Amino acid sequence: MMLRTIKPLLSITLLLLALSLIFVPAVFAQEGDPGAPTDDEVNAIAKQLYCPVCENIPLDVCGTQACAQWRELIREKLSQGWSEDQIKNYFVEQYGDRVLAAPPARGLNWLVYIIPPLAILLGVYILYQAFRAMQRPTSPETSTNDTPSPALPPDDEYVARLEEELSKR
Amino acid sequence: MIANLGYAALVITFLISIYGVGAAVYGARKNAPAWVESARNAMLLTFPLLTLSALGLVYLLVNGHYEVEYVASVTSNSMPLYLRVTALWGGQAGSLLFWTWLMSVFASAVTLRKWDRDREFLPWVITVSLVTLAFFLILVIFIENPFARIWSVPFGQPIKAMFPPAGAELLVQPDGRGLNPLLRHPGMIIHPPLLYLGFVSFVIPYAFAIAALITGRTDDRWIVITRRWTLVAWLFLSLGLILGGRWAYDVLGWGGYWGWDPVEIAAFMPWLTGTAFLHSVMIEEKRGMLKRWNMVLIILTYDLVIFGTFLTRSGVLSSVHAFAQSAIGPLFFAFIGLTFITSLALLLNRWSELTSEAQMTSLFSREALFLLNNLLFIAILVVCFWGVIFPLISELVTGQKVTVGPPFYERSTGPLFAGLLLLMGIAPLAAWRHSTAKTLGRAIWKPFIVSLLVLILVLFRGIRQPAALLGFWLSAFVIAVTVYEFWRGMMARHRRSGESYPVALWHLAGRNRRRYGGYIIHLGVVLMAIGIIGIEIFQTETQGTIAQGEQISLGNYTISYESLSTFDTPDGRNVARAVISVYKGGEYVGELYPRRDYYYESQQPMTIPGVRSTMEDDFYVLLVDWQPVSTIGATFKVFHNPLVNWLWLGGFVFIIGTMVAAWPDKDPEPAVKVVRSAGYAPAKA
Repeated sequence: MMLRTIKPLLSITLLLLALSLIFVPAVFAQEGDPGAPTDDEVNAIAKQLYCPVCENIPLDVCGTQACAQWRELIREKLSQGWSEDQIKNYFVEQYGDRVLAAPPARGLNWLVYIIPPLAILLGVYILYQAFRAMQRPTSPETSTNDTPSPALPPDDEYVARLEEELSKR
Repeated sequence: MIANLGYAALVITFLISIYGVGAAVYGARKNAPAWVESARNAMLLTFPLLTLSALGLVYLLVNGHYEVEYVASVTSNSMPLYLRVTALWGGQAGSLLFWTWLMSVFASAVTLRKWDRDREFLPWVITVSLVTLAFFLILVIFIENPFARIWSVPFGQPIKAMFPPAGAELLVQPDGRGLNPLLRHPGMIIHPPLLYLGFVSFVIPYAFAIAALITGRTDDRWIVITRRWTLVAWLFLSLGLILGGRWAYDVLGWGGYWGWDPVEIAAFMPWLTGTAFLHSVMIEEKRGMLKRWNMVLIILTYDLVIFGTFLTRSGVLSSVHAFAQSAIGPLFFAFIGLTFITSLALLLNRWSELTSEAQMTSLFSREALFLLNNLLFIAILVVCFWGVIFPLISELVTGQKVTVGPPFYERSTGPLFAGLLLLMGIAPLAAWRHSTAKTLGRAIWKPFIVSLLVLILVLFRGIRQPAALLGFWLSAFVIAVTVYEFWRGMMARHRRSGESYPVALWHLAGRNRRRYGGYIIHLGVVLMAIGIIGIEIFQTETQGTIAQGEQISLGNYTISYESLSTFDTPDGRNVARAVISVYKGGEYVGELYPRRDYYYESQQPMTIPGVRSTMEDDFYVLLVDWQPVSTIGATFKVFHNPLVNWLWLGGFVFIIGTMVAAWPDKDPEPAVKVVRSAGYAPAKA
């Protein structure tokens, strides 16, 4: 199962690598070594990508061979002058949306961003209703009981409250 | 032989559990104490039987019985004894057996301890415990059997089965594949059992809640009985999470402690509902409110515990296909669905009886703020649950897999966590029942001013990121409020009783350990927040390849590559260990040894960082790659993680606080009486 998914992937990667290698010397010849992308530039992009094989491990820290090759691919693309977005789009076209750390907001994926806020709003609404329901019936007896005696100075009031709270475990 | 014995013990335990459920239900329904007593004995019997089974597996693991598939998959000849023992929870089948064993330990402890009081609950507590136990036993006996052996048959592939297929012979392998190297770390040895302890002990408060629903005892008795259980469960779960983070930081080699992986989130979700529960039961105890909501929370926690157990070990949620192909996935979902629906039905049945005894009188009262806290915890839960589930939904509907990674979780939960911090600052100062903006303001202005001073200080240090400023300000605010609460209580006690300050503080905390333990926990959380802000917002990293004697700089730090050696170890590793010198501000501060361990048996590499750790920052170096001749060069990845040690310090404080809160009372009753007679407490308001 795993092997079947990895094999075409690997061959595609290798093919792309081989293809890109053809162009690399030319680029180097034009730009010279100072233009070569640094590891940090590669990692900055790899950090935002996930390979389809290693679940939930970002590309910049993934130790597998396939991921090392992807990082090399990013390096090649960078040295060819590709921008960050171009490289990310390239991977999305090749392997689908799953290479991105978060789904792009389109189609069904909107749900991922919409449901939590909606659920939270619903929670706020329920809470608001609950507050109102709990506040409504105040009989005169309880309301007199609930009024703190205003005569107490602030500190004594605190001590009284503290004692009361501590005594009721 | 031993495998058969262990398996037989499992089967007998299963039959006994089924009998126990029947006896408990019958005894409770017919009011027949003899049947209930029999159910109790059944419950108590599961413990020695499962102990026997677990010890049987440990025996097989320790003695290298590689004909047993589980043993071959998690141990090998080169593994030391302690790792072979801990391999009991190194794989799925073993951890499920371990889970059932823990369940029998806890359920037996409850039936032993609580038998004389609250008798009407106990048949139902036994029923819930045994049903849970029986479900896990089904998994262990029929699907993930740790005792299954490998048989070679005359034709075809070797077969994994408990009993020999026709004409088959036992296939004895000379060596096993060994434990996953990631799991050979002290943190990983204690992390799973702690998590499981937390998971399993949350079953007990749930069992009492269900017992309360069935018997119709709708007062807060079930909460009072299980208060300490819940705290202990929460303690273990928290410890498990913190140690898991520490393990990730030490072993996984990505310079972080938490990656929003579904497995991590699975353990985090019951913690979220559990934490909400711990807060909201206080409202029920003090004010007799939120009875229904507390039931909902404990039911959610129970099912998230089952969900978490399933998720942490199986990995079948990674795709729809994996889920459909595994026998264990559908069973787990059926059980979760069944228990959830049954629990909700029981709750609805008592809905009208679970009414509030009091009214919410003010939006600024502590109970109102606790409700807000519950809302935030549930909101974080929704984000987590949705993030874990959505890739499956997407795959089911469109066939496209998506990754829901850290950016999603960080953006959605960040503000919610900030809200929790804010509440942590305000709620302790709000009074129960009647609290107005005015009284709250009067209590809050002093700590507020202090926190503003800290904010100015932080601004002076040149920090400008809004998220960091907000985070540091909130942290300062909570610390100020918490310290102020201790201070006010201590001063008040000192004035009243004339005790010296330390004695006053000690007695104050002793009077209500749950309250002051809770405040210590708050302090722990804030310290952890400071560490998290440090590493999340201010982490910097660089990577480079350098030859011997060359240097890489990151911020104030410089490393110089000194040497590299490779060697084999007796436990089956090939180690490549670099020696680097670290300079801070041009000054030599020591050597670090980042290394790469390659495990021959499992053919897996492990990247162990070299870390220089101080309260100010961690300097974290990984050996990414190297050339055989060290003069050519080695590649290092270097992280600067400011303040991350505060995270671990905070974790420590957090655990201390939980222990203070959960420490058993000797006898709480007299203290209450003394206070009442002394006349300090106002007539019951």
